[in-house]
Amino acid sequence: MDTGFKPLGREKITLWLMLAPTLIGLLFGVLGSILATVALSFTHWDLLTPPRWANFDNYIALFNDEKLWEALTNTFKFSLLYVPAVVVISMFVAVLLNRKIRGVTIFRTIYFLPVVTSAVATALVWNMIYGKDTGILNFIIEKLGGQPVCWLCTDKVLIALIIVNVWGAIGEGMIIFLAGLTAVPREYYEASELDGAGGGSKFFKITLPLVTPSIFFMTLIVTINAFQAYDYIYMLTRRGHGDSSFPVVVYSIYRNAWSFFNYGGASAQAIELALFVIILMGIYLWMERRYVVYD
Amino acid sequence: MNRKQQKAFWDTVTYILLILGSVIMLGPFLWMVSTAFKLPADQFTRTLLPPTWTLQNFRDLFGVDINFPLLFFNSVYISLLITAGTLFTCSMAAFCFAVVRFKGRDALFVILLITLMIPAQVTLIPNFIVFKFMGVIGTSIPLWLPAFLGGAFGIFLMRQYFLTIPKDFVDAARMDGASLFQIYWKLYMPLAKPALAALAIFTFQGAWNDLLHPLVYMPAVPNTTLTVGLAFFQQQLTTGGKFTVLMAGALISILPLIIVFFIAQKQFIEGISLSGVKR
Repeated sequence: MDTGFKPLGREKITLWLMLAPTLIGLLFGVLGSILATVALSFTHWDLLTPPRWANFDNYIALFNDEKLWEALTNTFKFSLLYVPAVVVISMFVAVLLNRKIRGVTIFRTIYFLPVVTSAVATALVWNMIYGKDTGILNFIIEKLGGQPVCWLCTDKVLIALIIVNVWGAIGEGMIIFLAGLTAVPREYYEASELDGAGGGSKFFKITLPLVTPSIFFMTLIVTINAFQAYDYIYMLTRRGHGDSSFPVVVYSIYRNAWSFFNYGGASAQAIELALFVIILMGIYLWMERRYVVYD
Repeated sequence: MNRKQQKAFWDTVTYILLILGSVIMLGPFLWMVSTAFKLPADQFTRTLLPPTWTLQNFRDLFGVDINFPLLFFNSVYISLLITAGTLFTCSMAAFCFAVVRFKGRDALFVILLITLMIPAQVTLIPNFIVFKFMGVIGTSIPLWLPAFLGGAFGIFLMRQYFLTIPKDFVDAARMDGASLFQIYWKLYMPLAKPALAALAIFTFQGAWNDLLHPLVYMPAVPNTTLTVGLAFFQQQLTTGGKFTVLMAGALISILPLIIVFFIAQKQFIEGISLSGVKR
């Protein structure tokens, strides 16, 4: 790489001064913290008494902790539904908006609104919408002749959470896909129309292969988000005593550290979460080589 | 059907689908606004328009135990500090990565990109412990201080933009005897206004809407942020059955960002495209 100019003499000092905040943040805030989390995961520490060496206790506990298994299962169930739903629906909306029609800007604004607004604030209103006896959703279902549903109870809470989280995320996905779609040259479509291609085959033969980089990028971000999803889940499922009707791993980490003062155990869980994300990223990057078309 | 009819048909289908979707996207917001203007006695009426309009709920925000104006003020200054810190440190680092040639540059940048994928929960516990021993838990310092120490996403976004600025500009400035910092501050920063605007909006939005960090660092009501305050509010008010006041609070908390979004929609959307596509 031979790009960029060389700093002269004293400018080398300027250069490192400009980089200093970032380097300090990277060294202490990120890399140091990761090492610290690893170290902490081998201790018992409540921050009140001195830390005690714990060997692999916290890691053994990962396998024996039923609450954590429940949280893990929930995180995976949630991700398995959430990721494809966000990718497919935002792709669908983007394809609709990419048609040459009037009012695209208005629709784009509307679909993007949940991304801008805080999950805490909108979760408050979703909580009202989902209410069993008083909620507007059950009111509509009853009007249509159905039975009222307890949306935030154990058997329906997953679907209720997926709806809210997808609602909150498709705006961003739509924009990423729109950017990818507008990059597809119009001539490709015109040429295929001359060959008599219909809407469906145009989408699957031209659009889809050409936007694989966007699909890949989206799936990557959405997966990372799915594993860290917290705000809506916290707001919609928490019960008394800091408990939750749908605990996820992030919830478990938070609760172990800041409710039970079990910082060692929470650290081990954080490491576990990070490992899952890293493994998934590895699989994605391997798949990128095989399936993603760049030019 | 000829081609014109075919297009008209698909356009209609597109509109129907988009409008149906819009109802779902807007529904919760309409419900929030509607409930915020209803009388507490009407909080569960299932009409979109309040039977009786009232501003009482907004007045009640000043009356409840939670100091709503303080929450709002905290969110404003914390978000502004985070935005200022991020813009300054990220643009400086991004300039170095995009324009200057130095040893280890590419390796350092790759490490930064990898840190983008590390879940925030991994660094949260040790950071909390450090701040606890510094004795600043309960203050806003742990929330905004890290913003002055860079951030992978901001550096990445700014670098992408800096790379699009022609190198001839640098050469010309060099001929005129401009120093490294002058090139950054007087040449690159003014040219990068669109990217800076996008990063500013993103950062402000993220800071304003953040729940996890204030929950850990500033958990004590009333001196906390809007998000934690509202979450606490919910438990307080729904037991007292005051959804209307809660919705008034929620509405005020999202209003600033909606206004910013309407003013700067273009930067917002270009920012996402910039970070997502031109990789």
